[in-house]
Amino acid sequence: MSAALDVENMPSQPHAVTPPPGSNERRLQRRMLPLVSPSVVLLLIWSIVPLVMTLWFSFQRYNLLDPTVTGFAGIDNYDFLVTDPDFWTSLVNTLVLVGSVLAITVVGGTLLAVLYDQPFLGKGIARVLAISPFFVMPTVSALIWKNLMLHPIYGIAGILWHAAGLQPVDWFANYPMWSVIIIVSWEWLPFALLILLTAVQSLDHSQIEAARLDGANAIQQFFYITLPHLGRAISVVIMIETIFLLSIFAEIFVTTAGGPGNATTNLAFLIYSRALLQFDVGGASAGGVVAIILANIVAFFLVRAIGKRLDI
Amino acid sequence: MATLSLRGVRKSYQAGFETIKGIDLDIADREFVVFVGPSGCGKSTLLRMIAGLEDITAGDLLIDGQRVNDVDPSKRGLAMVFQTYALYPHMTVADNMGFALKLAGVSKTERDAKVREAARILQLESYLDRRPKALSGGQRQRVAIGRAIVRQPKVFLFDEPLSNLDAALRGQTRVELLRLHEELAATMIYVTHDQIEAMTMADKIVVLQGGIVEQVGSPMELYNHPANLFVAGFIGSPRMNFLPVTVASGDGAGNGVVALADGNQVAVQMGEALPAPGTPLTLGIRPERLYWDPNGPFAGEGHLVERLGGLTLLHLTLTGGEELVVQTDGNDPVQPHVLVRSAVSPDECHLFGADGQALRRPGHIAQPPARPLPGEAPVVATATA
Repeated sequence: MSAALDVENMPSQPHAVTPPPGSNERRLQRRMLPLVSPSVVLLLIWSIVPLVMTLWFSFQRYNLLDPTVTGFAGIDNYDFLVTDPDFWTSLVNTLVLVGSVLAITVVGGTLLAVLYDQPFLGKGIARVLAISPFFVMPTVSALIWKNLMLHPIYGIAGILWHAAGLQPVDWFANYPMWSVIIIVSWEWLPFALLILLTAVQSLDHSQIEAARLDGANAIQQFFYITLPHLGRAISVVIMIETIFLLSIFAEIFVTTAGGPGNATTNLAFLIYSRALLQFDVGGASAGGVVAIILANIVAFFLVRAIGKRLDI
Repeated sequence: MATLSLRGVRKSYQAGFETIKGIDLDIADREFVVFVGPSGCGKSTLLRMIAGLEDITAGDLLIDGQRVNDVDPSKRGLAMVFQTYALYPHMTVADNMGFALKLAGVSKTERDAKVREAARILQLESYLDRRPKALSGGQRQRVAIGRAIVRQPKVFLFDEPLSNLDAALRGQTRVELLRLHEELAATMIYVTHDQIEAMTMADKIVVLQGGIVEQVGSPMELYNHPANLFVAGFIGSPRMNFLPVTVASGDGAGNGVVALADGNQVAVQMGEALPAPGTPLTLGIRPERLYWDPNGPFAGEGHLVERLGGLTLLHLTLTGGEELVVQTDGNDPVQPHVLVRSAVSPDECHLFGADGQALRRPGHIAQPPARPLPGEAPVVATATA
């Protein structure tokens, strides 16, 4: 046994190192540069030009309603933005929307994934039904929810409330944020389910059996074995969803148009209303820059957290 | 510690299709029992039924005389080592080994002590803080065993635990498991398809095929007295030679002569009378029992020589058309494509009837005394004439 240990403790070979400058590999890379440059340059223009233009406009006096207002604005656009109470509300709304939808889809998706991993009658059909909302385009699903589901008179919720002898609720007027959260969660739950279901199915079944022999009941099996196994997939779901949820727009535009008041105005909708309702290009660009910064802050923490996770 | 009994145990996944077709078996305390058989013979299913991972369709499973058919797997007092090890990848080695104790509500200090003790036995002390991913195959194997040891089970179950190791490590771990069996003095049930593992480790081998027990016995008993063609072909390496023969003559005491396809006659000695002359039988001869003899009955031309260093295997085609493998010394200068003759001692022959059942052989083949079970006083060897 000890002989084997010695073999196992031997220093391993160093991993492949980057080629030293001037080596064959380096020269080869330099020779390949002209070949890859068209795509690299195109991608650079693709991402840099809009960024630079947004930055440029955010320091300009630029209003589409008044062509006489021109020139360098300094930080006036930003000053105007951060002193606007609408901005802070929209920031909070953005975070509430992202956070709530993430919580609902990750928790619901995990539970559904474990459920759909069990054998039951009609599993194939149920799986298709559960996943299909993801294929409905955001405007359509917003319309479905606005007119067919949550409408106090024609909606199914209204009928149900009626049947229970209750006063139907005007969801979009009384609980606008919750209504938007429900719609967006309905759209993104299938995504979480899809990713997490494949992860659950990749769990080595003998681990569950070993846990059973170790005396774990179903709940302990879930928390000690299944959930840690899903950790990486959950991180991926959170990262991808966050990127998309920060820019939710169509659902809000179709259902509440940011209202009532500013109750459902998130950052994306605020920028839209600045640029295309108030025609203040400079102010909207300043909002856009804030959105970029916000997205980068979130991305920074996410990538760090997930980088650690992926190490397992 | 524990005895285990199976009484008419059956398993069927669908009505009318039985995987395990009624097994009766008694396993003594501290015994090392090996279930062996080809793929799909039901050996793993049987083990999983004992573990409680599969339901028992019919029959009784008794542990220490208690019927445990409907007892939860974790309450049966068993621990299992899986073929894939089934280590929890997100837990450290120590957490892996202590998981069962943690679930049982054992205090942290007691848990640590038990984990350390198991780690000491398995030489895993310096790896306790590592994750399974950072371990080699052999170390993972030991962690899986450690996880079983920590629970101090009545019975250990092993499901082909060595099949993922390379040949060298497999041999080493085999010895290691035997040492562990001595040290823990526990009842162990071990599933394998490798007859070498079965021969080297078992106190008792259970040969399974198609969901039924073909034979139960000590390794040497199975080697020397296989009950039928299947066991004879399965136990022993290289495989036993089977040759169709007819009875030429025989006396009532078991001595007789059988004729090969080419008419050459082989003297045999059985423990029971041979059937009437002319009866077709199958002659079984182990390759290692054949020796060169210029007057031997097995005449044929070698077409292949395998030199394994310590021994030589010559594949012959007999003049009657049958194939025969002869095992001789490693330095045997024998060459292929030369006519050779070999012979076998009459009491080394096996004969099988048309139904595949073996004729009883003379029962005085020298057998080593049964290995004393761990924990018992060593048997003092007595000189026998």
